[in-house]
Amino acid sequence: MTARFCYLLFLAGKSAWNRRGTLLLVAFSIALSTTLLLGIEKIRTQIRENFVQAVSGTDLVVGARGGNIQLMLYAVFHLGGATNNMGWRSAREIAGRPEVAWAIPVSLGDSHKGYPVVATTTEFFAHYRFRGGRELSLARGKAFASVFDVVVGAEAAKKLGYVVGQKLVLSHGSGGSHLTEHADKPFVVCGILAPTGTPVDRSLYIGLDAMEAIHLDWRGGAPMPGLRILPEQVAKFDLEPKSITALLVGLKKRGQVFALQRAVNEWKTEPLTGVMPGVVMDQIWSVVGVGEQALLFVSALVTVAGLAGLAAAILAGLGERRRELAILRSAGARPVNILILLACEGFLIVTAGTVGGSVALILLIAALGPTLADMYGIFIYLSPPDSGEWLLLGCICLAGILTGLVPALRAYRMSLSDGLTVAI
Amino acid sequence: MVRQKLLSKAGDPAAESLSPAPAVLLDKVLFSWPGRRRPVLDIPSFSVRPGEHIFIAGPSGSGKSTLLGLIAGIFVPRSGRVFVNGTCLNDLGGAKRDAFRGDHIGFIFQQFNLIPYLSILENVLIPCNFSSLRSARAGRQAGSPARAARNLLERLDMSPGLWNRKVNQLSVGQQQRVAAARALIGGPSILIADEPTSSLDADRRKAFLRLLLRECGEARSTLLFVSHDQGIAEGFSATVFLPELNNAAGEDG
Repeated sequence: MTARFCYLLFLAGKSAWNRRGTLLLVAFSIALSTTLLLGIEKIRTQIRENFVQAVSGTDLVVGARGGNIQLMLYAVFHLGGATNNMGWRSAREIAGRPEVAWAIPVSLGDSHKGYPVVATTTEFFAHYRFRGGRELSLARGKAFASVFDVVVGAEAAKKLGYVVGQKLVLSHGSGGSHLTEHADKPFVVCGILAPTGTPVDRSLYIGLDAMEAIHLDWRGGAPMPGLRILPEQVAKFDLEPKSITALLVGLKKRGQVFALQRAVNEWKTEPLTGVMPGVVMDQIWSVVGVGEQALLFVSALVTVAGLAGLAAAILAGLGERRRELAILRSAGARPVNILILLACEGFLIVTAGTVGGSVALILLIAALGPTLADMYGIFIYLSPPDSGEWLLLGCICLAGILTGLVPALRAYRMSLSDGLTVAI
Repeated sequence: MVRQKLLSKAGDPAAESLSPAPAVLLDKVLFSWPGRRRPVLDIPSFSVRPGEHIFIAGPSGSGKSTLLGLIAGIFVPRSGRVFVNGTCLNDLGGAKRDAFRGDHIGFIFQQFNLIPYLSILENVLIPCNFSSLRSARAGRQAGSPARAARNLLERLDMSPGLWNRKVNQLSVGQQQRVAAARALIGGPSILIADEPTSSLDADRRKAFLRLLLRECGEARSTLLFVSHDQGIAEGFSATVFLPELNNAAGEDG
C-alpha cells in the first residue's frame, strides 16, 4: 500500500514536471496568495504587538482621576491632553512605597513642530521598556544632563533632520499651528534615540526641571508681561514640579499590582486612577483594530482566487490527461488510485506554493523590513511562525487539498472507455 | 483470405468436456454504445482456450476493437456475460475490473498509449506498480520487476542505451516494442493486441509479430490479435473473421 502510494506520488511529480509551465504559474499564484495572507497576518500581529507593548514592564500607570483609556492615550501615546494633573507629592509618595522598584514621572503639554514634548527624568531611559522588555537606547549622543538638553525620538529626529548639538525651540501647548514659542529658552539636542516602533520615536524628551524652567515666567498659558527670566537665571529658582501628568510605575513583584492599584484608586489626598497598561491597551486595540479583520478578509479572498486557479488548471489539464489516466487504468490502476494521483498533484502544487510563498515572505521581510521601519515606523521582524500563521498555512494546505479533490473526483468518475476513445 | 474455423463455441458439450476451462468466454453478448439502440456486437457465443493465439480479422466498423474492449473489461455488455479465466467481468464493479485487468490482461493499443513523461523502463513497469500479482510473477521470473523489464526489452531488441530515454525519442517501431513489453511484463494470462502493427512496414511487422508470438509462447499467454492485415495471420493458432461471429452490423473499427 505504501509502495503504491509512493509510486502515485512519483507519477504525480513526473506528470506535474511534464506540465511545469502551467503548474508553475498556478504554484506562483498560490505562493503570492500565501505571501499576502501570511504577510498581512504578520504585519497585523506585529503592529498589534508594537501597539499593545508600546509600554512593557510598566505595571501601573497612575494619573489624575479619569477614564482608563484616556489616561493611557495621553500618558503613553501622548494623544489628547490630561484634564487634570496629579500632584508631585502624591507621585513621590507612590514612588517611595516599598513595593515600587522604579517610577517614571511624565509631564506633557508642550510640543515641537507637531511632536509632543515629554518632560521626565533619566529614570525614563533606564526603566522604560517596550515590545517584550526591549530597552531604550541612544543612537547618538547621551541623555539630558543639563536643564536645556533635549533627547529627540528617532522618527522626529529623522523627519526634522536634527543632529546632536543642534538648537531647537519648544512651543507652548500642542495641536495648533499658531502656538507661542519658548523662544527665549532654546534647547540643545543632546541625544537621539534608536528607533523603537513606539510613540517614543515621535516624541522629544526633556527633564522635569526644564519644563518648570521654561514656564517660570508664564501664567495661565501665556508669558507674564514685563517679566523675562533668562536661561542663565533659571538655576536660581526651585525647579521641582508641582504637578505631573502621569506616573509610570514598575513593581518589585508583579503580584503586588492589584494592591497598589487599589491603594492608588483610594488615594486620600487627591483623586487618582491607576491602570494596568496591558488590559487597557487590549481595550484600545479592540476599538482601533477593526480594520485588521477587513485586511485579513481581503487576503483570504486573494487566497480563494489562487486556489480557484489551481482547480481551474487541474480541471483544464484533465481534458488533456484523459488518455494518460485511462492508460494507467488499463494497466490496473483503480479509480481510487487516480483520485489519489490527482489529489497528490494538487497537494504537491499547494505545498510548493505555500513553501514558496513563505520563503518569499521571509526574503521580503529581510529585504524590506529595515525600509518599512525607516519610512513608516512599522517594525516587522523575522520570527518563527506563531500559532495563527501555522493555522493559516494549515488552512491554505487543507483548502488546496480539498480544491485538488474536485478534479480528482471528476477523474474518479470518468469511465475508462471515455479516456481510451479520446483522439490524441 | 485466410479463414480458419472458430476453435470452440460456448455451449458445445463435446468441446467443453475435452478442453480445459476457456481463457475467454462470451455468452449471448449484446453491446451497443450508450444512447444508441442498434447493437455493435451481437455474439451468441465465443470462447478461446488458454494458450491459444487467435487472429481476429474483419473490416472497419465490424466491432473488432469493441470486442477486445469487452474482453478487457473496458466496456460492459448490455446483456450477456463475458468470462475471462472463469471470472464473469459483468459481475465486477469498475475498480475490481481494473484490478482484474491489471492482474490478468496485457493490452497493446493501436496507438501504443505510452506515457510521454516516463522513460521506457518506467513505462514497462507500470503494470507491476498496480498489480502485486504481476509484480510477484515478474519477480519470480527474473529476480525483480526491474530486471524482468530489462530482460523483456532486451528480448524485444531494445538496446540498453534506450531504456532511460523518454518514449517520444523513439521510432514508431521502438514505441511499439515498448508497448508490447509493458503488456507482457509479469506474464499476464491474456494478451490483447489491437492492430499494433498498423503503422509498421511489412518487414518490421513480421519481425514484431515473431517476437510477440515467441514471448506469448514462452509466457503461455493467450493472445487475441486484431489486424486488418490477414497476410500476417500465419503464425496464429486460428483466425476468427468477426463478421461471421457477430450477428449485428457494427459501427466500430
